Amino acid sequence: MYIYDLHDKTLIGERVAQYRRQTDDYLAGKISDGVFLPLRLQNGLYIQRHAPMLRINIPYGMVSATQLRTLAHITRKYDKGYAHFTTRQNIQLNWPQLEEVPDILAELAAVDMQSIQSSGSCIRNVTSDEFAGINADEIEDPRPWCEIIRQWSTLHPEFAFLPRKFKIAVTGAASDRAAIQVHDIGLQVLKNANDEIGFKVLVGGGLGRSPAIGQVIKDFLPAKHLLTYLEAILRVYNRYGRRDNKYKARIKILVKAWTAEVFAEKVEKEWQQEIGSPSTLTDEVIKNAKAFFTSPTYENLNAVSCEENLQTFAAENVAFGKWRDRNVVAHKVAGYCAVHLSLKPTGVAPGDVTDSQLEAIADLADRYSFSEVRVTHHQNLVLGDVKLSDLPELWQAAKRQGFATPSIGTLVDMICCPGGDFCSLANAKSIPVAEAIQRRFDDLDYLYDLGDIKLNISGCMNACGHHHVGNIGILGVDKKGEEFYQIQLGGSAVDEASLGKVLGPSFYAHEIPDVLERILNIYVEQRIEGETFLDTHRRIGTGPFKEFIYAKAA
Amino acid sequence: MPKLLKGNSVIDNSWQVLAKDFTGALPDTPCFVPLEYWLANKENLQTPETIGVWLDSDQEPEEIAGDIEDLQYLAVNFPTFTDGRGFSIARLIRDRYQFTGELRAIGEIVRDQLFYLSRCGFDAFCLAPLELDQETRSFEDYLSPFSVTYQASANEPQPLFRRKQG
Ligand code: SF4
Repeated sequence: MYIYDLHDKTLIGERVAQYRRQTDDYLAGKISDGVFLPLRLQNGLYIQRHAPMLRINIPYGMVSATQLRTLAHITRKYDKGYAHFTTRQNIQLNWPQLEEVPDILAELAAVDMQSIQSSGSCIRNVTSDEFAGINADEIEDPRPWCEIIRQWSTLHPEFAFLPRKFKIAVTGAASDRAAIQVHDIGLQVLKNANDEIGFKVLVGGGLGRSPAIGQVIKDFLPAKHLLTYLEAILRVYNRYGRRDNKYKARIKILVKAWTAEVFAEKVEKEWQQEIGSPSTLTDEVIKNAKAFFTSPTYENLNAVSCEENLQTFAAENVAFGKWRDRNVVAHKVAGYCAVHLSLKPTGVAPGDVTDSQLEAIADLADRYSFSEVRVTHHQNLVLGDVKLSDLPELWQAAKRQGFATPSIGTLVDMICCPGGDFCSLANAKSIPVAEAIQRRFDDLDYLYDLGDIKLNISGCMNACGHHHVGNIGILGVDKKGEEFYQIQLGGSAVDEASLGKVLGPSFYAHEIPDVLERILNIYVEQRIEGETFLDTHRRIGTGPFKEFIYAKAA
Repeated sequence: MPKLLKGNSVIDNSWQVLAKDFTGALPDTPCFVPLEYWLANKENLQTPETIGVWLDSDQEPEEIAGDIEDLQYLAVNFPTFTDGRGFSIARLIRDRYQFTGELRAIGEIVRDQLFYLSRCGFDAFCLAPLELDQETRSFEDYLSPFSVTYQASANEPQPLFRRKQG
């Protein structure tokens, strides 16, 4: 994990002092609401339905046990004893007091955490693959590059007042687990024929009101040009992105209006002027960044005998076997694995954790996984480096804390935005719908038979629950003051990304579990051996689902 | 007399900013003429001590690239303080076109932007009178609240990673 040096520590300390001064001035009436707004947003504080919310960065999803304990302490001292993991690998507090935020930021800074640019029209926290550095399909660890981008984007003087928010994601794997195709900029680390490292660069992806899949504007950008090229993209966007209409201000609208080819040309022209400038990365800075992400000291384990013991244990504990099948992921090092801690037990808002759970996670990380935890895009956590031989013990411990729901990747491991219970922009509630689905689909064997299905729920078209890229997406809509839910099928953020298509007229909340069941029945009837829900949908299209659902409903 | 923050001190500002659609004869005071006016009349405007050019946030600094050496005063307008185009325009004027005269931020800027504005190359700031009210704090708090910067910028040609390498 990256360790802050004196420069980083000084900077976040000065940031706390600056924000304390801004808050004091605001409370004393010396800064107007309008001017304070972007200042507080760029420190993560935004106002929602009930209270301000504070979004805290977890850069590319990596968090230490020490940091988790501080987060636990903060939720207790300044909030109601719980916090919420978001779909962008961050964590947020739902009830902080505006006056206390400088103190919260100071406590975070003490453990090298911050909330710089976690909200507002600026470059946001860079996100990545939760299995970075540990998955066998990786071409190159994306995290050193993420850290280089984190530093470059932090307090960048030119790009603090962009037309709109700006999100960058980096993946280093053959399979895209960072959803780079639905980000303002998506970067895929790869190697060319000469074994040199570089990036495939995508721009203009995004969800929200006008969802779009990112388009490639550079097939191979040699790694040392990363920052000059990013600056060129941002400069073009900052100068020409629309500012007259907030719904048309994202870079995807500019790319669409100009076409990707024209956008690429403009960027190329701008970049050619800066190519080779001092922001060009040196071998040394790349080497230094990589040095933070070397492997921990893995033990030499006998994978075969570990495996035998696990088989024996699983034979006696059927539940363990099921949990392992769903929640444990292969590791590039023999004898190790990565373990999902599920934050999706029935009846709890997806991604929510209590203060004592945060501490329990820290303890598990200390004991089983080199004191590090990863936050996933699906609002779960991962212990990245667990010995196979520790699995039975870890399973028991995770069960005691409520982290062992054996449903990772299934229908009930859904992404769900805070929705109408918390969010002032919502058209409809989302958490109760998620809970109703979890209650209906509680038969594990049925869920396992359905296999991998991504179900994503958003409470409005801002799409914080990523409904466009759910294999099944549910969107809250408002019709004459009543809450309805539209269903979309066929979305995916992985590899061949696609946006879901609307099934048809929307439903009442209470109809959703039945409708889902019918959708799943069609899949089960129509699937060919080995097909996932997405495969089947891609083969047969939305038509058969539509006919069946609306014929029956009529 | 209106005031202006220049460097670290508040000084009198005798300059006028002429409207974007200005035509006709120039006033007696020093003034910033709009870009269009400059482009149409520059042959007759060669008194750089008292005539500068201002650009709006939607205008192209490329258009004055060839005139940079003839100018001592440039200004960039911020129609609203959240319109960040002026930051990029300033960097182009300083870094790419190598302007060495005074670069003034005009329009709706606020004190808490001084740090970013100065890093992008502005060295004079037409803050609103209220924003210039200096009773409580020194402008230093706003101009340099940070001793660490990661990026290369107009007033720091090297990014931190090169400065660290020494
Ligand atoms: S999708 Fe809409 S309802 Fe849900 S959190 Fe985002 S803005 Fe709020």
